[in-house]
Amino acid sequence: MNQLKLICQGVACDRGGRRVLNHVDFEVGSSEALIVQGPNGVGKSSLLRVIAGLVAKANGTIELEGGMPERSVAEHSHYFGHLDALKPLQSVLENLSFWRDFFEPAAFGGGKVRESMSELEALDTLGIAHTASLPAGYLSAGQRRRLSVARLLVVPRPIWLLDEPTSALDKASEEVLLGLIADHIHAGGLVVAATHLPLNLPNTKFLNLSPVTTESEHMFAGADLDDYFDEDEQDEG
Amino acid sequence: MSWMKSLFVREYQLANRVGGGALIGVLFFLAVVTIFPFGVGPDMILLSRIGAAILWIGALLSTLLGLDRLFQADREDGSLELLVMSGRSLELVVLIKCAAHWAATGLPLVLATPVLSLFVGLDFQSIVLVTLTLLVGAPALTLVGAVGAGVTVSMRRGGVLLSILVIPLAIPILIFGVSAATAGAIDSNNFLVPFLFLCALTLFGLVVGPLAAAAALRVSGD
Amino acid sequence: MTLYDLANPTRFLKLVKAVLPWLIVATVAALAVGLYFAFLVAPEDYQQGQTVRIMFVHVPAAQLALMCYAMMALSSIGSLVWKHPLADVSAKASAPIGAAFTFLALFSGAVWGKPMWGTFWVWDARLTSFLVLLIMYLGIIALWKAIEDPIKAAKVNAIITLVGVINVIIIKFSVEWWNTLHQPPSIIRADGPAIHSSILIPLGLMALAFVLLFVTLHLMSMRNEIMRRRIRAMRMRAASVAPAASSSTVTKAAPAGAR
Repeated sequence: MNQLKLICQGVACDRGGRRVLNHVDFEVGSSEALIVQGPNGVGKSSLLRVIAGLVAKANGTIELEGGMPERSVAEHSHYFGHLDALKPLQSVLENLSFWRDFFEPAAFGGGKVRESMSELEALDTLGIAHTASLPAGYLSAGQRRRLSVARLLVVPRPIWLLDEPTSALDKASEEVLLGLIADHIHAGGLVVAATHLPLNLPNTKFLNLSPVTTESEHMFAGADLDDYFDEDEQDEG
Repeated sequence: MSWMKSLFVREYQLANRVGGGALIGVLFFLAVVTIFPFGVGPDMILLSRIGAAILWIGALLSTLLGLDRLFQADREDGSLELLVMSGRSLELVVLIKCAAHWAATGLPLVLATPVLSLFVGLDFQSIVLVTLTLLVGAPALTLVGAVGAGVTVSMRRGGVLLSILVIPLAIPILIFGVSAATAGAIDSNNFLVPFLFLCALTLFGLVVGPLAAAAALRVSGD
Repeated sequence: MTLYDLANPTRFLKLVKAVLPWLIVATVAALAVGLYFAFLVAPEDYQQGQTVRIMFVHVPAAQLALMCYAMMALSSIGSLVWKHPLADVSAKASAPIGAAFTFLALFSGAVWGKPMWGTFWVWDARLTSFLVLLIMYLGIIALWKAIEDPIKAAKVNAIITLVGVINVIIIKFSVEWWNTLHQPPSIIRADGPAIHSSILIPLGLMALAFVLLFVTLHLMSMRNEIMRRRIRAMRMRAASVAPAASSSTVTKAAPAGAR
């Protein structure tokens, strides 16, 4: 299979008129994990959302070497965020089958990371096969999280963008999830995970984000606006 | 193509399962039509004159009622993020969601129209015309409403604002819809001219609605 | 100075500061001259009497109501295509002014309508269109207020404004098709104006005065909005900066609390 390399250079991002990311550079290749660390509010989630194409970047480039050129980085990626994207009134299997159908043909074509699992295999791997025909609303928080992970298994995409993947999981579920992420890495996938907890993963690189101190390039935050107000004061004085 | 079918089926099922589904819209339609005679009096001649308008306004309000959840539910549970980043055409996703929403909630309104027409004393000819115009025009209401739903998706109580934004957009649809419905005869120009305009508005909505709603949804991903 | 330089808020504010006093003087002067001609020079109508003078407010207000929407739509294109914050500011500043002119047009129309048609309100094509326009303006103002993040609000408003442009055209057409009581437009005609120049000159003066009034109000409103955003940016910076300072105050305060 192709060797992939996700390259971010000088990535910057504004949220709500404030710069939350500035000059973020990193490279992750196949069979590697990048752990994005930093205190709360430092832009870990924003970085993942920028890579996933959910938030527009203000600056910089994000490229995937070895990927399908006609598809965006986001189309090579699974995004696993805080929300489970489950419909409580649909059955577990209906939920999973929908996301499989919805993602499948657009899935990664530049060499498969590995064969996709069937829905039931995925549920079985995650230990929730017995819930397949039940409405997703009956699942516990941990089970819902596992069902959400199952989406990543039924459609193979090489990049996994994981935002606090172990939150809301008990010890056992965490072990299962970490095992699946490790499998994905060993199979040649690449992982970008934002977390404030230590994650025990193979081939790990770290990216430490610190709060943005440089002045935002956003128009209304510019210091040069002070001139206007200073002049006013002089006029009055 | 199978993803489109899957999306349509899921949206149709959810629209039917959540909050009483089609029944609740039809019930609201019935309630709106019922209060008119209490307001204007049980004068069957007057009611049959304004009956087409009552039915159209009832259908408009019923359509608006369910629209605020069109994208909001997906935003709240995180589905919207996945729909946006999947690489699928978001415009097409919006169009399919609108189609499923209309099939689940709009079509029952059209089917209920002949029955409700009896309450306002319409004759057979008028019943046919009102039902036909709603069948052609109500999708335009959903499509225009999708723009409002996309724009207000991030608001917790966006329903009222959605209606305020959408009602001006719905006025031309109402004008041509009611004009065609009250024309009297199906083979006259009085019917054909507004009816063709109504068709044009629906086709127009098919283009503008998904484009504008998808643009609004992309903004909300920020 | 190119247009691009003007697009910088600081330069824009400097320009506003330099131009605004002159604009205010010009607006007041034009309004004074316009109103003088409208009320004292223009003859009264042989049928309508003095009430015809309402036209000198009604017609320019109606023109401005549409001009504001055009301004808002152009700014919206600027927001969506060039993603320029000043375009956002311009769109946001236009909406309340447009709503005010639309209200003025409706109000003067109603006051004029009473002696003309014997009623304050008729569902005439133009009045109806303007009522819909007013609802659209108020909806857009409400949408601006409902979304906290100004950049997101600008994009969402730009989308609804541009959909509204198409809608305004369809509404105008459909409502005219629906019904009309008004006279056909009589100012612009291929064979020259049908109105006598004694009325046309004051009308032109008032139209000019209203345009100046709009430019003045729009610039002032944009200036206020830039300042409002500046304050917002400062507040956000105040909230994000100074974790070191706050932690030291906590340690100082702790013994006092323990006591």
